[in-house]
Amino acid sequence: MLIGLDVGGTHVDAVLLQERKILKHVKVPTGEGSLLGPVGKALDSLLPEKDPNLVQQVNLSTTICTNAIVEKTVSPVGMFLISGPGLDPSFLNCGASTTFLSGSIDHRGRETAPLNPAEINAARNDLQAKGIRLAGIVGKFATRNPSQEKEVQRLLRPHFDQIVMGHTLSGRLGFPRRVYTTYLNLAVWEVYSSFVKAVSASLAQKGLRAPIHVLKADGGTMLLDASLKYPVETVLSGPAASIMGALALCPCNQDALVIDIGGTTTDIALLANGEPLLEPTGITIEGYPTLVRALGSHPAGIGGDSQIRVSKGEIRIGPRRLGPAMAFGGPAPTPTDAMIVLGLVDLGDRELAWAAMQIIAGELGCEPTKAAKLVHQAMVGAICQKAEEIIKETNTRPVYTVQEVLMERSIRPGIAIVIGGPAPAIAPALGKALGMQTIIPPNPGVANAVGAAASRTTTELTLLADTSQGKLSVPEEDLTETIPYNFSLAQARAKAIDLLRKRAARLGLTDNPPVDVLEEQSFNMVRGFTTTGKDLRVRVQVRPGVRVQFEEGGETLAES
Amino acid sequence: MLKAKNRLGIVFFPAFDWAISSTHPEREERLLYTQDQLWEEGVFDIPGIVEYPPALAAHQDVARAHLCVPDLASRVTESHLIAAGAAINLGEAWARREIDKAFAIIRPPGHHAMRIVHGSRGFCTINNEAILAEYLRTKYNIKRIAIIDTDCHHGDGTQDIYWHDPDTLFISLHQDGRTLYPGSGFPHEMGGPNAYGYTLNVPLPPGTSDAGFHFVIDNLVLPVLADFKPDLIINSAGQDNHYSDPLTNMKFSAQGYARLTEMLQPDIAVLEGGYSIEGALPYVNLGILLALAGVNYSHVKEPDFLPRQWHQSPDITGYIEKLCRGLWDRWQYREELRREAIKDKDFLSRSRHIYYDTDGISEDQEEKARICDRCPGWTELHSSSDWGGKAIGVLVHRRACPGCREEALAAYNVLQKKGSLPFLQEI
Repeated sequence: MLIGLDVGGTHVDAVLLQERKILKHVKVPTGEGSLLGPVGKALDSLLPEKDPNLVQQVNLSTTICTNAIVEKTVSPVGMFLISGPGLDPSFLNCGASTTFLSGSIDHRGRETAPLNPAEINAARNDLQAKGIRLAGIVGKFATRNPSQEKEVQRLLRPHFDQIVMGHTLSGRLGFPRRVYTTYLNLAVWEVYSSFVKAVSASLAQKGLRAPIHVLKADGGTMLLDASLKYPVETVLSGPAASIMGALALCPCNQDALVIDIGGTTTDIALLANGEPLLEPTGITIEGYPTLVRALGSHPAGIGGDSQIRVSKGEIRIGPRRLGPAMAFGGPAPTPTDAMIVLGLVDLGDRELAWAAMQIIAGELGCEPTKAAKLVHQAMVGAICQKAEEIIKETNTRPVYTVQEVLMERSIRPGIAIVIGGPAPAIAPALGKALGMQTIIPPNPGVANAVGAAASRTTTELTLLADTSQGKLSVPEEDLTETIPYNFSLAQARAKAIDLLRKRAARLGLTDNPPVDVLEEQSFNMVRGFTTTGKDLRVRVQVRPGVRVQFEEGGETLAES
Repeated sequence: MLKAKNRLGIVFFPAFDWAISSTHPEREERLLYTQDQLWEEGVFDIPGIVEYPPALAAHQDVARAHLCVPDLASRVTESHLIAAGAAINLGEAWARREIDKAFAIIRPPGHHAMRIVHGSRGFCTINNEAILAEYLRTKYNIKRIAIIDTDCHHGDGTQDIYWHDPDTLFISLHQDGRTLYPGSGFPHEMGGPNAYGYTLNVPLPPGTSDAGFHFVIDNLVLPVLADFKPDLIINSAGQDNHYSDPLTNMKFSAQGYARLTEMLQPDIAVLEGGYSIEGALPYVNLGILLALAGVNYSHVKEPDFLPRQWHQSPDITGYIEKLCRGLWDRWQYREELRREAIKDKDFLSRSRHIYYDTDGISEDQEEKARICDRCPGWTELHSSSDWGGKAIGVLVHRRACPGCREEALAAYNVLQKKGSLPFLQEI
């Protein structure tokens, strides 16, 4: 049995899965206070008559880090940046203190300017005086040569509780993103550490001895203990859980849309041949662009509880949410009220919903039922338009080789999987608007928790080899090795995959899922008119995917 | 947070799977380290900087600027069409006002490609800037276009295409042709009889540094542009004036290139040459990009840059000042100089020999230009190569007067009667 918990802003959704069945699902409101109360409550109602020893794994998606960042309850961090030549780095100020250090590494990983230890010591003393116990060290091109980051770490080590070097978080290029990723990883480290302790204790107390995993934004998981190194990766795992839930509940092997209609937002994602697409670079959290891997989920500010406005006879929905629907005692009319009036959902207080539509009808100069229809239409139209934009945007991504331009593969979804509470009320009309078949899984409201339960461990790494320098490096693993001059791309690929499997096992992977080579490039390096070596670049990942797929797909709605 | 003052569109098309040959300067690796630098800097995360995808140019887009011998399909590969298509894509975005500035970081380059294309010369087959300019002229009615070529090699291809067009101002700054390929681009090359003065060449002595280039921009290029009043400025942004370039002898720096771009304020910059792929391109491309976007570029510096080492000698400074004065006079008195050159002639002929170094082809060209006081006239062209390629025909300017049009058609009919399968093209 697997347990999936999605701890969201308003609810904890929890499911207990066995084989390919949902044995039980619960929804517990989170309220104010600590998240652990509702999590414990959800577990209590899932587990009572079951033997905790039957549970093989608990997967948890948490908003603890997201909330800390959004609510700015993060810890003070001292950042050390080795920015070298390029952009004026002053915009990278973040955390409690940012020190720009001398030193520089170039694009080939060669040191082009030395560090100045005096600068480092002065900044360290300053941070100590301020009582700052967390330090981040990020150098431009440190993924190509981490020696300067390591040297700074050596000088700082005895004086801080936690030090993170940028190159260990991602092997991808993007210095500003690496700075922010490192900063956020440290900023949430304390709050996340106490959360991990509390969760471990709470689950142990309930007799659960199964491995605990946390969900990441890329729709994969990692062991709770291992996650202490990478708390920032848990940010925005909620939307990823929903996508994975859709994949588990409605297996498909074609291009598809996944549309998760919630209270505040509708999250839209694309599947290519049934596989979720990843964000090309990484997610942006509270205005900080990062290198955190994430499933491409695009939020639109349209949900069941969105504010409705009428201007010049036109209905506008969202992006603000003023509160719940009027039918639930909320302050203003919402699409949920319209759906209640139209009899598409059977929730809340019908009379209050009617009153809500009377307000809109008054502004439009029509009957309340007509107003409800128009609101419903506007919501469907807005989601449809957003989905079409996302498809277009995804299909106009830049490519860098002649082959790719000629072989251009565009994504053309033929079906839409619709999840979230309002799914049944929206999907039929949405299918018509999109000109697609829509599918609603059996339990569209707990797709997120199912996704959490069904996800498996993922990870990624980058291998760089330069045969003219006789050097191989894997930044995420902090590994540097010497290689012979005839080291080949095939050897590089094999080595990368081997290291990836070991890393995945460390993060909690138990089965043997598909591994993808995301990027593979080999360049002859020519100096003068002689080939001096090869520049090899390989990026590999454990593919995000689900361990459990449900047999009975969803309810299929005809196209028209 | 950083923000671009100008909305800047970029196509980055490194053609990682295309090379002239495996050890040729124009090979897969050329833009690899530039990509690394741009990605590591995170320039595409700067609000206002947008990356556009490349696209394939249509054959008709190429045919507006070129006559390929024997035909387009046998001279042009997909890589060429993608580089040109990338420039067009940005041009579209610029013309639709989606962006204020554009930078096409593309290869293969194009500024040595002339109107007649028998093959590849100076690593170029088709002229990306001319294809872009003619596209925008046709689709968006952009009339007056200036192309400023800051590649270290004379932009002889662009010069050839616009030799007879007074609506296109072409200025090339380059290392003196007596010391570098292609060996042309002297001050007396000023355009055909109906476009005299609209080609300006600034041959700079080897060893010219930042100060020299900036002097030319300030004292010649900007004043001429102020007179010409273009609707669009294209910069052929070659980067081989860099002090570390292996093929040239100049002393230009990344800071110098960025400052030049800031002074010139081109609407669209198109990468041309530049073969110091590790020491220059990552920094120069970054500098140009930031200058176009209006983002602080003062920290962009080559790791080995020592300002004093790259000063130019006083002799060079004096030489450049004199050169610019002379060219400024030529620009101001272009009408008088034209009169003197044409006297009372109706036609002006020239014959040329053109060598395609990349392919080893020799071309002979005879050209006869009709002089007209009312319009930019028409031209009859006879071209043949030692590989047996032949192109004969008539070029008529788009603003040709009815009289010239009639004459051009008559000339075309004569050629046709001779059985030479001539072309008749509006330029």
